[in-house]
Amino acid sequence: MDSLNAIVLLSNYVFIPSLVYGSQLALGALGVTIVFGIMRFANFAHGEMMSFATVSTIFITWWFQSIGFTTGILPTALLALPFGILITGLLVWAIERSVFSYYRQRKSKPVIFVIASVGVMFMLNGVVRLFIGTDEIIFMDGLKFLIKAGEFKKWSGLKEGLALKQTQVLTVLLAILAVSWLFWFLQKTKMGKAMRAFSDNEDLALLSGIDPEKVVRATWFISAVLITLAGVLYGLDKSYKPLIYFHLLLPIFAAAIVGGIGQPLGAILGGYIVAFSEVTTTYAFKKFLRYLGPEGWSPEGLVQLLSTEYKFAVSFLILVLVLLIRPTGLFKGRVL
Amino acid sequence: MALLLGIVGATQSWNVSLAILNLCLISAVMSLGLNIQWGYAGLFNAGVMASTALGGLAAVLVSYSPVGEAWAVGGLDTGLAFITLVSTVLGAWLIRKKVPEGSIRRVIFFVWLLGGYALLRHFYEQASLSIEAVDPAQTGFLGGLGLPILISWIAGGATAAGLAWVVGRVALGLRSDYFAIATLGISEIMISILKNEDWLTRGVKNVTGLERPVPYEVDLQQSQWFIDLVIRLHSADPNQVSEEAFQEMVMSASGVFVKLCYSGFFLTVLLVILGLAALALNSPWGRMMRAIRDNEIAAAAMGKDVTNRHRQVFILGSAVIGVAGAMLTTLDGQFTPGSYIPLRFTFLIWVMVIIGGSGNNLGAVLGAFITWFTWIEAEPVALWLVENLNSFLSEQNPLRQHFINVAPHLRMVVMGLIMILVLRFRPAGILPEKNTNRTD
Repeated sequence: MDSLNAIVLLSNYVFIPSLVYGSQLALGALGVTIVFGIMRFANFAHGEMMSFATVSTIFITWWFQSIGFTTGILPTALLALPFGILITGLLVWAIERSVFSYYRQRKSKPVIFVIASVGVMFMLNGVVRLFIGTDEIIFMDGLKFLIKAGEFKKWSGLKEGLALKQTQVLTVLLAILAVSWLFWFLQKTKMGKAMRAFSDNEDLALLSGIDPEKVVRATWFISAVLITLAGVLYGLDKSYKPLIYFHLLLPIFAAAIVGGIGQPLGAILGGYIVAFSEVTTTYAFKKFLRYLGPEGWSPEGLVQLLSTEYKFAVSFLILVLVLLIRPTGLFKGRVL
Repeated sequence: MALLLGIVGATQSWNVSLAILNLCLISAVMSLGLNIQWGYAGLFNAGVMASTALGGLAAVLVSYSPVGEAWAVGGLDTGLAFITLVSTVLGAWLIRKKVPEGSIRRVIFFVWLLGGYALLRHFYEQASLSIEAVDPAQTGFLGGLGLPILISWIAGGATAAGLAWVVGRVALGLRSDYFAIATLGISEIMISILKNEDWLTRGVKNVTGLERPVPYEVDLQQSQWFIDLVIRLHSADPNQVSEEAFQEMVMSASGVFVKLCYSGFFLTVLLVILGLAALALNSPWGRMMRAIRDNEIAAAAMGKDVTNRHRQVFILGSAVIGVAGAMLTTLDGQFTPGSYIPLRFTFLIWVMVIIGGSGNNLGAVLGAFITWFTWIEAEPVALWLVENLNSFLSEQNPLRQHFINVAPHLRMVVMGLIMILVLRFRPAGILPEKNTNRTD
């Protein structure tokens, strides 16, 4: 019984949250990695793009709610999602046309792209706040819990409860859906193959008659889809705060680099590695060990590797370690 | 620029104008530091904030008077923790040096580190708990050395240089955008350490009431010579103006006087660093740095040690930024770890350097002045614009209130826009780098 309690405790506080958070990071890291694979620069505006995508989805959600266009069980934001993707797609396309395409034509160094993306980051940061302010926004509606902790306790007779939020299930499901779609797209469609060829060897791809403009457009659109999904799912699961999205940039970069930047599979793996290590290193294992140990025994201290305040620092410790030991990441990077 | 500050002085107040000037001067030192890294050597340092914050920490640790009680209860454990840390690192280094490579070394290494960590955790937890328990509302940290705060400006540079040495060991030699991400990450780690290690920095409880290198306004308002000075400057007879008006005059004059004292200090530092930077840029060393920046492979082929030179320039630039960080904390009179955010302390400095002209020292200074001025004045201008554009909206209209609330964020948009436009249409900045490669 005690070991069952321990398992439930761990899944409730460690396993499920990290799985969900990891899926969100993986979606974000996939966006970074796709852009990096084709255009060869780290997009510092990624976090703010996610923020923008979430805000546009929130506005459409509010509009839907005001005209009563809701499902009752599923969150309304899910209905607004396609429109959010569309708006975000238009935005990144506008940014691409007005900012990045110029430097690509001139074949500028990657650093110049990065600086330009910092400029974009500033602008989007301001624009988002102009529209929505700086307050925390909860835009989740519909059914909140699929399994409630109390009901679970009653049903199973265990001491520990297990709660499962709808957003958690949605996140994992949508992440699986998006990732399978992405892999199908990259492996099977003509455009996907063109993208992979372009990422592998730009000159050869150009020689074989691949239109770079089309590849770039497809890349930005895919990244817009991933950006919106990651942003909205994160916002639904936690809540929307403009500042948080800038901070998300850091674990997302960490995930992309840990897995090997430019490698979709690596980005997914990196997302989960970062999420699981963030949660496990800052979780206090005291209660867990008490269940496993002999009756009446309790470990000294909290058995916590790092205090919770260092959550964000963990992803960077991993990042630094990977850069030191294996700078290419787990999978050798730079090719889609 | 002087004209703009003059306009602010005349329309808002001279106190506001001088406050902007002081921060302009500090920002100029920061952007000089970043210019040394980016303009001279082409290093994309996205961790400017870490140097700034460490400079600020140095200001606290140098100037705050030591908290005797905290040392008494936690000093021993702190010392033991420190000794454990040093001996763990030294031992790890020795193991790597002496024991032949193989699985045995890996095991010894791992066990050694684990043991060191456990011991460190033990001492550290005792120390931090007992220190933080000492009068937490007032102190709850070890305090500093109680030295004059001006010394901390040098100490700030030294601390930041020390961190840069470590960061350089880890991150230099990576591709430029990897380097940017790594430095950004390390700076975030630094900030979270400053926020959470209460025994050292009081964390988010902030350290306030730091000693000042200049007189206090209140003392000035009471001293006779200052009142005489105000009378002479205004050529006014205290008997002719009302008592309150005169008080007002003395108060604003004392504010101006204090800020001018700060400006004097900051200007001196800025001029010294500017002079040194200009000398360095025109020396053979500066030529070598530019050669490395423009073509690393060619420079390496000519026998230049690229990584070592990069480390050198990275440390120098961070030291300059550290000095600026200490100056900033001195000016504020308080150390607030929570206020360090990358947008303001890393990327804004980047805007300064890009706008001013990378590689040109005067450009970096000019960029700092323009950027900081815009950053501060965008808010009143935006508010003014909103007020005027809103005149057709009624007072109760919620949109009107919303616009007034969000007007300050317009400065982000303006900054980003300026940065993108400059990068596109004038990539060399307002004052481009002089082409010193030509010898004719």
